[in-house]
Amino acid sequence: MTAAPDHRPTFADVSLGERLGKAMPFLLIPILVVLGFFAIGAPSSWLTLTVSGLAMGMMIFIMASGLTLVFGLMDVINFGHGAFVSVGAFIGISVLIALGDWTGATSLLLNMSAVFLAVAAAMTVTGALGWVFERVIVKPVYGAHLKQILVTVGGLIVIEQLIHVIWGPDEIFINRPEMLKGAITFAGAAMEKYRLLAVGIGAVLFIAMRMILRRTKIGLIVRAGVENGPMVEALGYRLRVVFIGVFVAGSALAGLGGVMWGLYQEVITAGMGERMMVLVFIVAIIGGLGSVEGAFIGALLVGLLQNYVAFLEPKLALVSNIALMTAILMWRPQGMLPVVKAK
Amino acid sequence: MSDPILTLKAVHTDIAQYHILQGVDFEVPRGEVTMLLGRNGVGKTTTLKTIMGQWTAKSGEILYDGQDLKRLPVSARARAGIGFVPEDMGIFSDLTVEENMVLGATSGPLDPQRKEWLLAAFPALGTFWNSEAGNLSGGQKQMLSIARAMAEDRELYLIDEPTKGLAPAIIATMANALRELKAQGRSILLVEQNFLVAKALGDSAVVMDDGRVIWTGAMAELASNKDLQENLMGLSMEAH
Amino acid sequence: MIVRLISGDTPRSPVLTALLLLILICLAGAPFIFEGVRALDTAARICIFIVLVAGYDLLLGYTGIVSFAHTMFFGMGAYGVALASTHMGRGFDALLVGSVLGALAAIVLALLIGLFSLRVRAIFFAMITLAVASAVAVLVSQFSDITGGEDGLTYKIPRVLTSANRMGEVMGVKFTGKTLNYYLIFFSSLVLFLLLLRIVNSPFGRVLQAIRENDFRAEAIGYRVVWYRTAATCMSAATAALAGSLFAIWLRYVGPDTTLSFEIMLDILLMVVIGGMGTMYGAVLGTVLFVLAQTYLQNLMGAASHATEGLPLIPDLLDPDRWLMWLGILFVLSVYFFPTGIVGRLRGQQST
Repeated sequence: MTAAPDHRPTFADVSLGERLGKAMPFLLIPILVVLGFFAIGAPSSWLTLTVSGLAMGMMIFIMASGLTLVFGLMDVINFGHGAFVSVGAFIGISVLIALGDWTGATSLLLNMSAVFLAVAAAMTVTGALGWVFERVIVKPVYGAHLKQILVTVGGLIVIEQLIHVIWGPDEIFINRPEMLKGAITFAGAAMEKYRLLAVGIGAVLFIAMRMILRRTKIGLIVRAGVENGPMVEALGYRLRVVFIGVFVAGSALAGLGGVMWGLYQEVITAGMGERMMVLVFIVAIIGGLGSVEGAFIGALLVGLLQNYVAFLEPKLALVSNIALMTAILMWRPQGMLPVVKAK
Repeated sequence: MSDPILTLKAVHTDIAQYHILQGVDFEVPRGEVTMLLGRNGVGKTTTLKTIMGQWTAKSGEILYDGQDLKRLPVSARARAGIGFVPEDMGIFSDLTVEENMVLGATSGPLDPQRKEWLLAAFPALGTFWNSEAGNLSGGQKQMLSIARAMAEDRELYLIDEPTKGLAPAIIATMANALRELKAQGRSILLVEQNFLVAKALGDSAVVMDDGRVIWTGAMAELASNKDLQENLMGLSMEAH
Repeated sequence: MIVRLISGDTPRSPVLTALLLLILICLAGAPFIFEGVRALDTAARICIFIVLVAGYDLLLGYTGIVSFAHTMFFGMGAYGVALASTHMGRGFDALLVGSVLGALAAIVLALLIGLFSLRVRAIFFAMITLAVASAVAVLVSQFSDITGGEDGLTYKIPRVLTSANRMGEVMGVKFTGKTLNYYLIFFSSLVLFLLLLRIVNSPFGRVLQAIRENDFRAEAIGYRVVWYRTAATCMSAATAALAGSLFAIWLRYVGPDTTLSFEIMLDILLMVVIGGMGTMYGAVLGTVLFVLAQTYLQNLMGAASHATEGLPLIPDLLDPDRWLMWLGILFVLSVYFFPTGIVGRLRGQQST
């Protein structure tokens, strides 16, 4: 055997600029938070807005994560993703209404049990619906973007209408469970309990997702599949099965996001998912289609910016997202953390 | 020779409207290194991809261990015991070297003894074990691609131009690894442009031209006959 | 002469020809054939939507890209006329200025969106148009001192075009300014439609179709794909804006729900796909069918829902308000099984 060829390590050559380029998207969040602090001036308002921005961002991330992974893995763009948000909200809220005694009690245990059951029901149903949606709507149009957009929009219309059939045409108002009402005050800033909970759930989910993607074999297969699906198959993995799993998980997460968003807004409508899709797409695009971490950063940026701008100049809140998207795409046309695609 | 690991019979493959493979017949004997040779663009890579299932054979038979692969999806062919090193190496550049190797072991965790053997064969991989594969040099990527295919004990390895553009020292490392693989009784179908490597490693040779096999025989015979090389490939392989 | 007028793009099916002629005759003679204000209103809407949908077909069917901003451009034309009429006072000059400015604004915005998103990745276009369109809708409802917000704007159009202008009787039917207004809409729509036919049958249109079939090859041959796609986007946007101006002239009212809403966007998608993508004539059939379905399918469903009252769930599924669901199902099925829509069927093409 010949001696190992003497290769100089290539890693020392990674320049500072390159490293900064990779870290830059992560730095945008603290930068935005600091900018928000100076623009708003009042620390207590700033803290309140930051918490609600983070809460909103976390919920959008939960809804967007499945969409972006589904695109990364199979190049499938699902405009019907919003339907799972709506269905999840209606299932979850129905369970909460049915468990009115639990949600009305001043017991954190009963309250949280009700929320847990609602979330479990919503995720089960939307997960199952995702499976059906993949089989019936998406599978026949693999590889054809135009048709994918059309049929998934069609699927969205049908599911929204079915919600009307089952739950009636009107919006449903709901109260948050007793112990999740109100706010706690910290350093003079009022922070709604529910928003803090949403931030917590979102953070835990993100960390869990990251762990799964980094530490488990299935996570490796997903990440490798996003980059080079054919090679993953050539190593012996059934990528389609993995993809269906991701689709179902993403749909269930959208359902979770729907319940959380419904409780956040305290009202649900069949069209809520459709409206959320706008933010979900912005987040997926600026994050880099296919990148879960990019979607996370994008979602937090959108949430924070929208809340800060809503405070400073209410009329421009929604437009701020478009401005953010434009700015980020000018900086990085493929999104903040573009996914490497093998050709 | 009586029981080859792989047999192709009259395999035809189309890519879009182009008829690339026009009836390919050859055998890969068990436990040997078979060289797949020929000029550029005669269908060598397409042949490997057709065996792997990345291109669909329009007609003909691909018998692996007596079983027709034609209806099996790519992943099933891999699980049946075929390892594949594609021309573009197929490295997952966002993943670390370790993660690439873990994915190579399809049916379970990476066997520690096998890992030790592979790291001894390709020491550079150990050096960069926890680094992103995308930052490796071209030669290191090529080694990773081969080591990844070998991370699981497979019966047959399809390897597409592993030495292209590599320094002689790396080529030697690679040739050694393939020899060790053969010593373990595994079969290899190797597409190779480098004549020295082909001569050193090959037991038998299959020469293709225009989507067909035009010559099969012992590698030694081809290596010793310059006229035959001129005839088959339009140039002497020594010239490379 | 007629063949030249339709740019040599004949319907290529006897049934289709008959249907198109029937629709043309009904629309041309609407004030005399149908009675009542509502029928005329329906006819005017059909004319306007044919242009709107045909303009969308230029993008979806011929260029192969999906936009969700078509109603936004429609709204820009409508608001152009509304704002001009509000600020310049009633008059034809206001209608003209409003239409031209609305169309120009639509072209500029389409150019920006197109260059921005198509340059990067065609798939971005659908998502970005959705985002921009929703932002514009929000802006319109928020800047209510300019746009009238959710209430919209009501304004006056030249007196000549209103029913106050009595012009006597023609063939036993009262001919008023409203009738004149209808013919303004009708002929403008006809001209715009013929113009679109000309565009898709021009060398430019053929390049678009080549790009739709295989953008890599088109680029390799030397066509600048981004430029062509962006140009098509601008033309489609201008058509939509002009249709919007006509709508504003007809309704004498604009509001977010009637011009900008996502629901109208979905309606347009349904009309194009059901009628037949990439055929232009599909826009005509799709629009007529859709508008009629909107009116009559609902009645039919109401009756069916009533008849099945005792059964579980079925009456709810057949509720007249759920007609969009059935159209949605039809839409999905059309994309799968009849990608060339009704027109494709009539022409007996192989569905792919």
